[in-house]
Amino acid sequence: MVTVYIDGKPYQVKAERNMLDVCLSLGMDLPYFCWHPAMHSVGACRQCAVKQFRDENDKKGKIVMACMTPAAEGTRISLKDPEAMEFRASVIEWLMLNHPHDCPVCDEGGECHLQDMTVMTGHAYRRTRFKKRTHKNQYLGPLVNHEMNRCIQCYRCVRFYNDYAGGRDLGVFGAHDNVYFGRHEDGVLESEFSGNLVEVCPTGVFTDRVLKKQYTRKWDLQTAPSICVHCSMGCNIIPGERYGTLRRIRNRYNGEVNGYFICDRGRYGFEFINSPERIGEPYLSSGDVPSGDILLLSGKEAGDAKILKGRKILKEGEVLPHLRAVIGGAKGIIGIGSPRASLEANYLLGRLVGPENFHPGFSAAESVLVRQMVSILSDGPVRTPSLKEMAHADAVLVLGEDIPNTAPILGLALRQAVRQKPMERVIREMKIPQWHDYAIRDAMQEERGPLFMATAAGGRLDGIAAGVFHAAPDDIARLGFRVARALSPNAPPIEGSFTEDALSFADRAAKALREAKRPLVVSGTGAGSLAVLQAAANVARALWEGNRNAALSLVAPECNSVGLALIGGPGINNMGIKDAVKAVAEGRADTVIILENDVFDRLDLPDVQALLRARQVVVLDHLPNHTISSLHAGCVVLPAAAFAQGSGTLVSSEGRAQRFYKVFNAPSGRTAESWRWLRDLLVDLGRPGSESLFSLDEVLSAMGREFPAVRGAVEAAPAADYRIEGMKVPRQPHRYSGRTAIRADIDVHEPKPHEDADTPLSFSMEGFEGQPPAPLTSRFWAPGWNSVQSVNKFQSEVGGPLRGVDPGRRLIEVTGMGRVSYFTDIPGPFTPRADEFLVVPLYHVFGSERLSAMSPGIGELVPPPHVVLNKTDAESIKALSDMKEARIDFGFASFRLQVRPDPLMPRGVAGLFPYGFPGLHGVVLPAWGKITAPENARREKEEK
Amino acid sequence: MNETLKYLLIVFGVLGVMMSIAAGLIWVERRLLGLWQDRYGPNRVGPMGVLQPLADVIKILAKEDWVPPFADKPVFMLAPAIIVITVLLSFAVVPFTPGIAVANLNIGLLYFLAMSSLGVYSVALGGWSSGNKYALIGALRASAQMISYEVFMGLSIMGVVMLSGSFNLHEIVEAQKRLWFIVPQFLGFVVFFIAGVAETHRLPFDLPEAESELVAGFHSEYSGMKFGLFFVGEYLGITLISMLITTLFFGGWLGPVLPPVVWFFIKTFFFIGFFILLRAALPRPRYDQLIRTGWKLMLPLALLNIVVTGGVILAAR
Amino acid sequence: MISILKALWTVFVHLFKRKVTVLYPEEKPYIPPRWRGRIILARDPDGGERCVACHLCAIACPVDCISLQATEDEYGRRYPEFFRINFSRCIFCGYCEEACPTYAIQLTTDFEMSEYNRRNLVYEKEDLLISGTGKYPGYNFYKVAGLSIKGKDKGEAENELPPVDVKGLMP
Repeated sequence: MVTVYIDGKPYQVKAERNMLDVCLSLGMDLPYFCWHPAMHSVGACRQCAVKQFRDENDKKGKIVMACMTPAAEGTRISLKDPEAMEFRASVIEWLMLNHPHDCPVCDEGGECHLQDMTVMTGHAYRRTRFKKRTHKNQYLGPLVNHEMNRCIQCYRCVRFYNDYAGGRDLGVFGAHDNVYFGRHEDGVLESEFSGNLVEVCPTGVFTDRVLKKQYTRKWDLQTAPSICVHCSMGCNIIPGERYGTLRRIRNRYNGEVNGYFICDRGRYGFEFINSPERIGEPYLSSGDVPSGDILLLSGKEAGDAKILKGRKILKEGEVLPHLRAVIGGAKGIIGIGSPRASLEANYLLGRLVGPENFHPGFSAAESVLVRQMVSILSDGPVRTPSLKEMAHADAVLVLGEDIPNTAPILGLALRQAVRQKPMERVIREMKIPQWHDYAIRDAMQEERGPLFMATAAGGRLDGIAAGVFHAAPDDIARLGFRVARALSPNAPPIEGSFTEDALSFADRAAKALREAKRPLVVSGTGAGSLAVLQAAANVARALWEGNRNAALSLVAPECNSVGLALIGGPGINNMGIKDAVKAVAEGRADTVIILENDVFDRLDLPDVQALLRARQVVVLDHLPNHTISSLHAGCVVLPAAAFAQGSGTLVSSEGRAQRFYKVFNAPSGRTAESWRWLRDLLVDLGRPGSESLFSLDEVLSAMGREFPAVRGAVEAAPAADYRIEGMKVPRQPHRYSGRTAIRADIDVHEPKPHEDADTPLSFSMEGFEGQPPAPLTSRFWAPGWNSVQSVNKFQSEVGGPLRGVDPGRRLIEVTGMGRVSYFTDIPGPFTPRADEFLVVPLYHVFGSERLSAMSPGIGELVPPPHVVLNKTDAESIKALSDMKEARIDFGFASFRLQVRPDPLMPRGVAGLFPYGFPGLHGVVLPAWGKITAPENARREKEEK
Repeated sequence: MNETLKYLLIVFGVLGVMMSIAAGLIWVERRLLGLWQDRYGPNRVGPMGVLQPLADVIKILAKEDWVPPFADKPVFMLAPAIIVITVLLSFAVVPFTPGIAVANLNIGLLYFLAMSSLGVYSVALGGWSSGNKYALIGALRASAQMISYEVFMGLSIMGVVMLSGSFNLHEIVEAQKRLWFIVPQFLGFVVFFIAGVAETHRLPFDLPEAESELVAGFHSEYSGMKFGLFFVGEYLGITLISMLITTLFFGGWLGPVLPPVVWFFIKTFFFIGFFILLRAALPRPRYDQLIRTGWKLMLPLALLNIVVTGGVILAAR
Repeated sequence: MISILKALWTVFVHLFKRKVTVLYPEEKPYIPPRWRGRIILARDPDGGERCVACHLCAIACPVDCISLQATEDEYGRRYPEFFRINFSRCIFCGYCEEACPTYAIQLTTDFEMSEYNRRNLVYEKEDLLISGTGKYPGYNFYKVAGLSIKGKDKGEAENELPPVDVKGLMP
């Protein structure tokens, strides 16, 4: 700590900071543009000018940039110095010379950093008489809009896009006052973080193209804190609603998790929630589909109205009696949970059907993997780090997981991690402060820290990796075991031969990890291989023996996979959903309740048929899917609320339980959270104890009593009776407009705001005006700071945790030595089969997650499906090269796909890309399949 | 004419006339206030707007008859009736003409004072039963104000009683045949008039209502016809005080040429008009000023009046 | 005491003074042109809607009686998809007009808009749009804005230089 003097007052501040950072951390208002808390200082915009004095006798002082002034002992600056203030006002005036008269039609208006800073400096009147410079715009894809006229040349966009997120297709062109920020030609921005440009740009050059279609100002959005459901990382988000539709998603800063950025899948994947195909009413499925018969439809057809034709809508008051009859008449009930449903919904389903009949909706393979993953994390000795910690790792080994596509934000963290080691050297040797971004990057040049990637196919992180290894899952696992052995003699020895590449990779990786201060091992369920997970656990354990800072991060498949594994109870010991099929086939159960799950994704086709042949199937979901369109007559479909329409708790890969809150009520008044449907049903059936399950809090505490592993979920956020000065926290900003006109065309009498018994948030603009605790922060706004930059005012220090503590409660913590020792089940080397390929999933950030892929914006970016084969393999299949199309046959199902030969693909392995494309149903990967050239299109059709 | 029928006619005639006057005053007051404030006042409903009270009554009757859930219901309902009943009962002793009076009581003046004292219950109970702090403060003010000013009111007319030698209002009027008591009893008149204004809690002495401080004082929670009763009670009160001033100090029905009843009403309406002029012209005093004036000025004046009057009578005898 | 009597006399004398009341509707009062009456939406001199759906009127409205949704034509010109004013809530404060950056929303001299049914006081865009420019002739927002729309490309607005040629080599 050092003492600095700002406007004559002494302050105790941290030494390794700059004065802009210090001023903002102290809550002062100092304008800035080029500085960004995540990207630090470059001193380009000259906006944060302050007067610096040598000592208390120095009255003259000199103007310096606060962001380039280190907070050294005795530093004296003045913000209020008239000369400094005039300087800042002049800088704004210069920036505004060419800024167009666009604010009314600019999407940044009302949350524009440039507007805020202009007001802050007091520049109010345009004096220049000269003409304004203009620029042509570019088409940058369906997500980001470009309006180059508005640019103030702060360079934040390229610094984020290229330097921070590793993009390569956004650049600076031109010279002097003509510089142009854009691509070399029109085209879609390649980086999966391009959406952050909207928040990074201090003005309206980059704006949200999806929001533009239904533009709403920030002050008109009803918002609530929420959690992204599109991968397992649990990024904090702020969805905003207006007129009954979700309009946009903004990043919600969480120092431990996503920090300042989220990926485009999270930002733009929300549109499915507004789909006209949403299930709006409870209904009985029609008799069009004969019982037990399965239609294999493409994704588009699944939502087709013809499937809904003839369905019988259950009226208000009919639903519960019908369900009571269904459950009363059942010989046995099976409940199938869902890793994308909330903890509460899964718990109540388990409570409804009984623990022995509750099956987490994992596929058999997934069930084993997720269970193993949770057991490694909770019983092993190695800590699972938060994303923030991962960004500070100084050596990383990735085993089997395609990080940029399955957990994009983790990819961004790894991009920061590779900078750590050289950055530390630069700081140490050259005495450059860490915040001096440009100098640090200049000194580092292209030097990168160790990142070792072992994956099935090439990926976007390969370019920054020190070592890359592409192999079949078993070989990746063997490589991992080899690294573990190299790190510790306690690790199991590994037999069999390795290629030279593999040996060199393993030795270099082991050396880098051993030398690192904060080594990190990353793996996950994406490869679909238990051995890979176990190998990663071994590496982490071996590291931990020598370095207690070692960390192990495992990526789960979906947003609540870990949570579901924690409450799976005894059911977790089964083979996932496959046990449910067995129970139905053997006649032990004739009724199935499916919670927000498409069983076509979890089971092979014959199993799906067996399951859906049950006498009665009840499905809770928000969009029509294959399961729903394949129901036989009389099955019940209940409309479930999508994430922003309900409240609940999710557990991320880190094991962090985080609460998401209802942002708005689904326009169809009959949609309810799944847990609420199940709660109503429990109460209706008069189950003991169900009367005390009224609110979300009661469900959570009942769950905590039953499953101690998730007891901490209650503490993830304040309870519903939490009040600040007796007030709830408003979901609507205090400037929310149109209150008395929104519904005036329907009724001139304004309705009473919705009650919310489950959360401390209210559905109105009335309530506590100040800063609520971090888990309840619905928006970032502070007086004078309308833009997202106001997050500075919510942090205990710039870039630090939110006031109080960052939201979320970690449920998985290392308890000591750990009960899991080294895994010894080492697979043999992968041997390609003569007539079959190991078909593995290849992920793409856009497309591999079904809900986001249904959003039009993201949907446009989903690559066309194809099968990736090693070049030699592809050539070996006769006629394949001519046809360019292959038939992949799993016996019970077959698919026809374009072939893409890829030299990086291991021999004998075929990758379906992007995994999750519409039409890929009824087969669980990885699986062995035959790949042949399609004989002719006609026969193909007949077989189908 | 049948004696009973005559009395019935007088009783219901007086009742009807009083109610009509009270209703009509709604229009008169608004019109006069308007004129004094350079406006026209209500001039749309009927010729010159005279049907305005009718419109008001329809509106007030059509309003929801709402009793606040926190109110003491029976008392809340009863309170507005009390003021109307007590004031109407007071009219029984008013001698309109030598022949027209409901009751020719020999203690008529005491009866009037008694009825006027009962009226305080209406305001006090109404304010208390509302369960509202403003209503309660209004009621407390009203109680203190009315009880205080009753004292001077009673004392101020003792001179009149001494001069006429009777409590019978009929005889008091008869005693003014030579000279209206306004001349020998000017001081008594002034005190009685001021006390009368305070008794009816009319502006400038409307501190129990004092809308700028107490929302609407004791009747804050009242609406619809129950509020209407308070309203009517106030106008009846004005009429009553005006009639008593006429009777006690201005010779009642006495006057040349015109029939007695006309003289009576001319004099009465003059004072009603004066009541309204007071409202139009004077600001409201502070509450402490009101009470201080009462006890420190009105009481000595009233006592002085009695002493002087008594002395003069004794001296003259 | 004297002052009270003087006050009474002064007020009484007003009985005979001229009344200030204008007997509307028999007698029509003078309505100044800047009167804040019924709200309209004006058009540009070229006939397009002036409103660019910036939401500033809605946020300025103290009774929140304005609600609208922005949309764009295929050339990027923004206009309101719907624009609703609930006149049963409007207090005619004129803040919306003051906030409007394009002179689109204007208060007019018309105030005779009583209705027996409150619903008839809810005006939609069709009810609000007039065919002229209202109080501010000549102004056209897109002539001064940097955004390009149909018929006005980048650099063609007032006080604008032609678009920069990024690939040019001139210093």
